[in-house]
Amino acid sequence: MSSRERILGRVRRALADAQDPRQDDTPPVPEGPGRDPQYEQAVPRDYLREHGERSVAETVDLLAENLADYRAIVHRCAPADLAAMIAGMLAARGAKTVLVPPGLDPGWLAATDAERIPDQVESTPHELDQVDSVVTACAVAIAETGTIVLDGSPDQGRRRITLVPDHHICVVRVPGQVVSSVPQALERLDPARPSTWISGPSATSDIELDRVEGVHGPRTLEVVLVEGQASADVTS
Amino acid sequence: MSGTFVGMPAFPKAAHEAVHDQTLRGNLRHATHTIRAKREKAVSEVSDWAALREAGKRIKDHTLRHLDRYLVQLEESVTAAGGTVHWAADADEANRIVADLVKATGEPEVVKVKSMATQEIGLNEALEAEGIRAYETDLAELIVQLGKDRPSHILVPAIHRNRGEIRDIFRGEMGEWGRPAPEGLTDTPAELAEAARLHLREKFLRAKVGVSGANFMIAETGTLVVVESEGNGRMCLTLPETLISVVGIEKILPTWRDLEVFLQTLPRSSTAERMNPYTTMWTGTTDGDGPENFHLVLLDNGRTDSLADEVGRQALRCIRCSACLNVCPVYERAGGHAYGSVYPGPIGAILSPQLRGVGSEIDASLPYASSLCGACYEVCPVAIDIPEVLVHLRERVVEGGAVTERGNKVVLKPAKGHAAERAAMRAARWAFSRPGALRAGQRLASRTRRLHPRSLPGPGKAWSGSRDLPTVPKEPFRDWWQRTNGGKDGAK
Repeated sequence: MSSRERILGRVRRALADAQDPRQDDTPPVPEGPGRDPQYEQAVPRDYLREHGERSVAETVDLLAENLADYRAIVHRCAPADLAAMIAGMLAARGAKTVLVPPGLDPGWLAATDAERIPDQVESTPHELDQVDSVVTACAVAIAETGTIVLDGSPDQGRRRITLVPDHHICVVRVPGQVVSSVPQALERLDPARPSTWISGPSATSDIELDRVEGVHGPRTLEVVLVEGQASADVTS
Repeated sequence: MSGTFVGMPAFPKAAHEAVHDQTLRGNLRHATHTIRAKREKAVSEVSDWAALREAGKRIKDHTLRHLDRYLVQLEESVTAAGGTVHWAADADEANRIVADLVKATGEPEVVKVKSMATQEIGLNEALEAEGIRAYETDLAELIVQLGKDRPSHILVPAIHRNRGEIRDIFRGEMGEWGRPAPEGLTDTPAELAEAARLHLREKFLRAKVGVSGANFMIAETGTLVVVESEGNGRMCLTLPETLISVVGIEKILPTWRDLEVFLQTLPRSSTAERMNPYTTMWTGTTDGDGPENFHLVLLDNGRTDSLADEVGRQALRCIRCSACLNVCPVYERAGGHAYGSVYPGPIGAILSPQLRGVGSEIDASLPYASSLCGACYEVCPVAIDIPEVLVHLRERVVEGGAVTERGNKVVLKPAKGHAAERAAMRAARWAFSRPGALRAGQRLASRTRRLHPRSLPGPGKAWSGSRDLPTVPKEPFRDWWQRTNGGKDGAK
């Protein structure tokens, strides 16, 4: 007998008591997409879709507040000022090189002198480690938790480019890309795409259970909230 | 489970030694009290906590109830997304699968994300025996590995170490494993984190094989989720060419949407954060992004035995947040090592004896490593009634009975050493079912009250060693009730 059959057999024998009609008798979710009404019935979802009532502007403010609370550096600007703002942030860090995901709006980097390093599949981790900064867009941002989510779209690039460099600049189009809560964010994401949820710079609680920022991921996370944007692309 | 803890003394002996270690007690008290207050604040921020907790419990119960179907569904979706699924009935089989996969790559080393499942099966030791070096990359795991130590907490395995001890370990040991600690390293947490960053970076950048566990697996989509803080997880999950994830079969969730519950409850319960710094989700393999080869090893190793226990199976709802450790008065004083398992604290006291059986001295003693105060149940984000399971397991130790071991139904004999307890209970049952005998006994006890010793003789000695015996009233309650007509004829 294969271990697969052995384990499945053990599971079925272990659940023999569950024939009891008083137990949850809902059949499992059918394979394939779509929601199963019977599973929905088995699990009451009495929790909230979002916490509290806020205007759109207040939701964006909460995002900024929670990002900053976990030590991300938050900037806000109008679309016309974005290129100058990014150039300023790179210059302030003395960044000589900046990684660029393939689908990044070229206008965002129009004002910087830093050398643009296009991300390529063949670039090695060691090469990425030599780059000073990386600039990306994001897929969605969550106000209640101060989280930005990247999903590997062309304007965000492969997961590794926002990991190895020590400085990450992430542009969020507000209010179009901002949701209030975790449930709302999951609705917007495609499970087939690899995603990275980022809440502040790399941190650890491993020394005396107290939070310290700055371990293996980028130690500086700067988030730019570009105002007045729906989900449409920001142009320079 | 892991061989690391073979030969552990029973909990009372191990705990007795631990409580006399002043440094350990100070470290644990400081850390657990810090996190307790923070957790309470993080939980109070979400007004619907009780509803999230109930939904989490129901999702897990439903999944366990249909585990066979969800396992098959998961296997199909992971395979369809480009991954390879392996099944491991026990620790040895899982270790063999992983070792063979690593050997097939020809690589002499792997980088590891912190994972309870791989600790449980003793993967590092098994790989070492095959000539493969496994580098732990979580800061606390690194401290444990460099210090040749054992983990003492689910979330923060080096919780028993303070910053000064960590600095000494880094200074003394890092050079043996790779890049030495920086000159003049102090004990500030920021400098210690920087030392770990420098030490591990060369390993991440050259790694070809990563090994992980997972917090969640989504049956519907084949997605795996790893929740972490430092970025070592992202390194191990995205830079290597081959990724091997060893995951307990109970980690399944039916749908993508179910994450909306656990991504709210897990971070707040574990590190007391609104959200942990990094969460990685991947579905099979993606061209050009992340590992080209993905292997998922589904691990039983006692889980189906626990599933067969109608009371005990609720332990399989556990999402390894460790909130129960942080509030436990016994854990705070005894520390994690006394539990003799990679799963310490209240959840360990019910999980280890179920995964390993109650055959060894340490496992038979674990259900007693609790005062049944119930704080663990209060904080559990999936509402595991730990006291209920503890009492259930105590009954199993004392009375024996039918259990499932490695998939086979067996009948356990009552454990030795509980003869006095059983005799006392038998005597009590006899007396309480005979009112006349009970009355006579109570009167005799009242009349001889001045002669009673302060502690019990014989087998009761240990029990009264840490307890005051109650004083017997000069008149039994039932006599008083009859004499005073239920207190109506005056108080006395």
